[in-house]
Amino acid sequence: MRTAEGVEACLPIRSDMDLMWVRQHVRQAAARLGFGLVDRTKLVTAASELARNTLVHGGGGQMESARVTRGHLQGLRLAFSDRGPGIPDVDRTLSDGYTTGDGLGLGLGGARRLVHEFAIDSRPGAGTTVTVVSWALRPPHPREEM
Amino acid sequence: MPEHEAEGQHGSPTWEVRDFLRRRREQIAQRWADESLFRAVFTVSRDEAVEAGRAVVEALAEVAGTGRPENPAAAGFTTVREQLGRMGAARARAGLTPAQISVEVDALRPPAVDLLVADFPDDAPAGFVRECTNALTALMGTLRLVVMETALNEGEAMLDRQRLQMLEVATPVIRLWDGIVAVPLIGTLDSARSQVVMETLLEAVVTEQARFAILDITGVPTVDSLVAQHLMKTVQAARLMGAECIVSGIRPAIAQTIVHLGLDLGTVVTRAGLADALGYALGRLGAGIVNAAPRGAEPR
Ligand SMILES: Nc1ncnc2c1ncn2[C@@H]1O[C@H](COP(=O)(O)OP(=O)(O)O)[C@@H](O)[C@H]1O
Ligand SMILES: [Mg+2]
Repeated sequence: MRTAEGVEACLPIRSDMDLMWVRQHVRQAAARLGFGLVDRTKLVTAASELARNTLVHGGGGQMESARVTRGHLQGLRLAFSDRGPGIPDVDRTLSDGYTTGDGLGLGLGGARRLVHEFAIDSRPGAGTTVTVVSWALRPPHPREEM
Repeated sequence: MPEHEAEGQHGSPTWEVRDFLRRRREQIAQRWADESLFRAVFTVSRDEAVEAGRAVVEALAEVAGTGRPENPAAAGFTTVREQLGRMGAARARAGLTPAQISVEVDALRPPAVDLLVADFPDDAPAGFVRECTNALTALMGTLRLVVMETALNEGEAMLDRQRLQMLEVATPVIRLWDGIVAVPLIGTLDSARSQVVMETLLEAVVTEQARFAILDITGVPTVDSLVAQHLMKTVQAARLMGAECIVSGIRPAIAQTIVHLGLDLGTVVTRAGLADALGYALGRLGAGIVNAAPRGAEPR
């Protein structure tokens, strides 16, 4: 059974450089939990979108990463939180192409399609937490490249 | 060098070790050249391994001469510190853990100790022989420390360099053909780097009078919506300059991710590999060289 070693972490999201560390961490943690190349790439991409939202729209924050289990399944839970302005209309925000900035407006909706579980907890004026979970849907393969 | 008066009829153990190391330098270096640490680092020439071994023995002799074999900061190590670091770093790059490297360095001790013990006459006092082997063992322990320390520093410096390179790596524009340029993108495409890429590419389009520009993203680890946005802006800008862009090197995992993300690369021409992209561009240029086969086969 794999352990949570190298998976549990709390990373700051305050700069572009931090986004790089977030992606790096998620890539390695997912590999440790037995994610295949495609699932890993999806999760890293979702993390990249959400972390950038935390930085750009939320004014900075953090990502907490944890191992979760369900029966024999192992998964990775990532929580991106900030104390920014919050999201007034979550449904609208999730629709593709909606942006209040100059992005493509695909980050939130895209991230939701790239993971297995997705939840937004946001209170206007108090901040936003987006939590996602993805499961390693195939048996762990110990010698796969990272 | 301060000379201490020897106790009894023998010199101090560390000096004995110093003299032994100088006397047997060649033999020790020869034995070490066959140990895995030297064999693995100096793969091309055994002579180089022996040469390196000699330098390390000489350094050890100098440290022993100070009478403090346990001092990793001894001046004697400075001459070989860089070389030791390179050896340790080379092993680390080969995938060895610090513990495994430590074992490899420790494997240099027994051959040296064997030679030392063999050098004593049969009637040498056992106590003195033991003191000498202890001194040599301490010295070899210090050597191990120096290798580990230097290798770790070296490893960190290497990581720092790689980090910087990821951000600052030059963006080379390769002229593949008359009118066709390619930019292999490597590393993180954040906003700052994307800007550099776009400027470099547009400049090349002008100076090379390029009709086609290939953006190869094989070396880009993550394509999220921002990276895609940058790519599309670059494609549009090149189009305004009269060049058509082709994006190549989209790996299968990235392709699937792009679809889920909902990205529409729309009018951007994509090809699996750089060669396919070049083939496409050549075909469009009408060069007809791609399929130029003997017996005048027509290009498809
Ligand atoms: N952490 C957050 N805090 C506040 N607003 C957010 C946050 N994340 C997303 N939003 C809002 O949701 C919109 C859509 O986000 P997203 O789909 O990632 O597109 P984009 O980042 O390209 O604008 C953003 O423009 C922003 O208004
Ligand atoms: Mg976004």
